[in-house]
Amino acid sequence: MDTNTKDTVIDVNNVEFLYEETDTAQVLKGITLNVRRGEFLAVLGHNGSGKSTLAKHLNAILVPQTGNVTVEGFDTADENLLYKIRQRVGMVFQNPDNQLVATIVEEDVAFAPENLGVPQAEIKKRVEYALDAVNMTEYKEHAPHMLSGGQKQRIAIAGILAMKPDVLVMDEPTAMLDPVGRREIMETVKKLNREENMTVVMITHFMEEAAEADRVIVMDHGKSIMEGAPKEVFSRVEELKKIGLDVPQTTELCFLLKKSGLDFDANILTIDECVNKVMSVYNSKGGATND
Amino acid sequence: MLKDITLGQYFPGKSFIHNLDPRTKILCIVIYITVIFLIKSFLGYAALAIFTALCVFSSKIPVKFVLRGLKPIMMFVAITALFNLFLTNGRVAWQWGFLTITYEGITLAIFMVLRLFFLVLGTSLLTLTTSPIALTDGIENLLSPLKRIGVPAHELAMMMTIALRFVPTLLEETDKIIKAQTARGADFESGNLISRAKAMIPILIPLFISAFRRADDLAVAMECRCYRGGENRTRLRALKMSYRDGFGFGAIILFTAIIILTNILSGRLGLV
Ligand SMILES: Nc1ncnc2c1ncn2[C@@H]1O[C@H](COP(=O)(O)OP(=O)(O)OP(=O)(O)O)[C@@H](O)[C@H]1O
Ligand SMILES: [Mg+2]
Repeated sequence: MDTNTKDTVIDVNNVEFLYEETDTAQVLKGITLNVRRGEFLAVLGHNGSGKSTLAKHLNAILVPQTGNVTVEGFDTADENLLYKIRQRVGMVFQNPDNQLVATIVEEDVAFAPENLGVPQAEIKKRVEYALDAVNMTEYKEHAPHMLSGGQKQRIAIAGILAMKPDVLVMDEPTAMLDPVGRREIMETVKKLNREENMTVVMITHFMEEAAEADRVIVMDHGKSIMEGAPKEVFSRVEELKKIGLDVPQTTELCFLLKKSGLDFDANILTIDECVNKVMSVYNSKGGATND
Repeated sequence: MLKDITLGQYFPGKSFIHNLDPRTKILCIVIYITVIFLIKSFLGYAALAIFTALCVFSSKIPVKFVLRGLKPIMMFVAITALFNLFLTNGRVAWQWGFLTITYEGITLAIFMVLRLFFLVLGTSLLTLTTSPIALTDGIENLLSPLKRIGVPAHELAMMMTIALRFVPTLLEETDKIIKAQTARGADFESGNLISRAKAMIPILIPLFISAFRRADDLAVAMECRCYRGGENRTRLRALKMSYRDGFGFGAIILFTAIIILTNILSGRLGLV
């Protein structure tokens, strides 16, 4: 694995972890990975594979029992660096209701900079910037509990952006949202990644979301077992199925067509790609039989 | 039923009262409550009513909305009034079997009802015109001199903020649980007091479990946002007194003086 330190923001090195001494199996079993600056990284894995546990290691909520995690070169095990690390790696969780602290949107977004002791004038600027980045400026004086799930989750993201982090880690941020909310979050995150050059680590159960990432890591039983571009990872349909994961429907279709002997690759992700491929195969076949 | 709870609800606005510093409002309400318990005559209550009405009108909050805060306490008020009515000794006004009503009891019951009404009106006016954040900031600030003797001012304020933040979320959740249990055939409406109390258990247990889970999540989310107590914390909105607050204090002092005057007057004239 290339560990070009200049481009690595977070380095997870051979980390082992278990919650309680009495537990029989470790939750993380020597996982190694790195997060590169500016990338959109998706983490997949079935329930209980240790994704949330891994996420909590990225900003020193949990500290590895063996191995180490460094953020911009800062070791998460060093207590003195705690707030430096947390400020750099922001975290958004599944349930937006359980992350919002204040009763007014802008007060909530200001929470992190207030904790960091940022001067008042600068807090104001950051709140404006963060609300603008998630497209929620017009709601700044609303009460969060009156907003939709997707809007609440965007406020949660803004609350993290106000810390000016280098990395945005999200643990299944769309799991509790309806399709509209899910779309809103994906668009917000992709925009941040593209326009603000924000490094994004997104844990998700939705293959369609992972397909939009630059790179995908698949976890199983506390280890990273696959890594690569979405196309590469999803083309390994049988391996993924074996560990209980799905692949995007389009990929699955192409995989099945290939298996039945047609000229298909299983590295097709988007619906457009799939349609084009089906049409071209159909045309070439159709041409052959008509002749 | 759950929608009637206006206590702790904020009604955004730009009125004179809304714009007062939260510390002014909190101190004024403390004085107001003390004064309520000092009033000795109907004349005093008339003055109280006029002052309260002026406050409500200058807040520009619909009167209906302010009065809605009284609904949930009706039952409590009625019971208190009955106790005072029947259990006060004095000159007998009416008797039937073991039930006795005295003139003193009647006066005391009316005073009690008025006191409770104005108490709730005053405090709901405070919460209606002050955003929860401003309110807790004000409390934190007023309590901060007590930090030296170990009063956790910041922590208390934070707890209040979070409690207020979760009131609507938990009310919504309670509603959902009630509906879910009703759909499963639970009956909350009929039966005696004990069976009704028992019927609450299937609501309370899931509610508590979810509240603990939320608390856990929130604690982690707050840590992720670098929360580390009140030290070195800055604020988006700093508290600032202005000339308005001078007027506010002036008004409450004038009000107190008038009430003292009514007490003296009614004493002289021998009125109740
Ligand atoms: N606070 C905790 N205390 C003890 N065990 C825990 C704790 N949190 C998680 N675990 C255990 O650790 C294992 C991995 O959990 P983790 O939450 O990391 O999985 P996950 O991949 O995020 O799963 P999911 O997809 O369900 O979110 C599970 O077996 C879980 O029971
Ligand atoms: Mg998880």
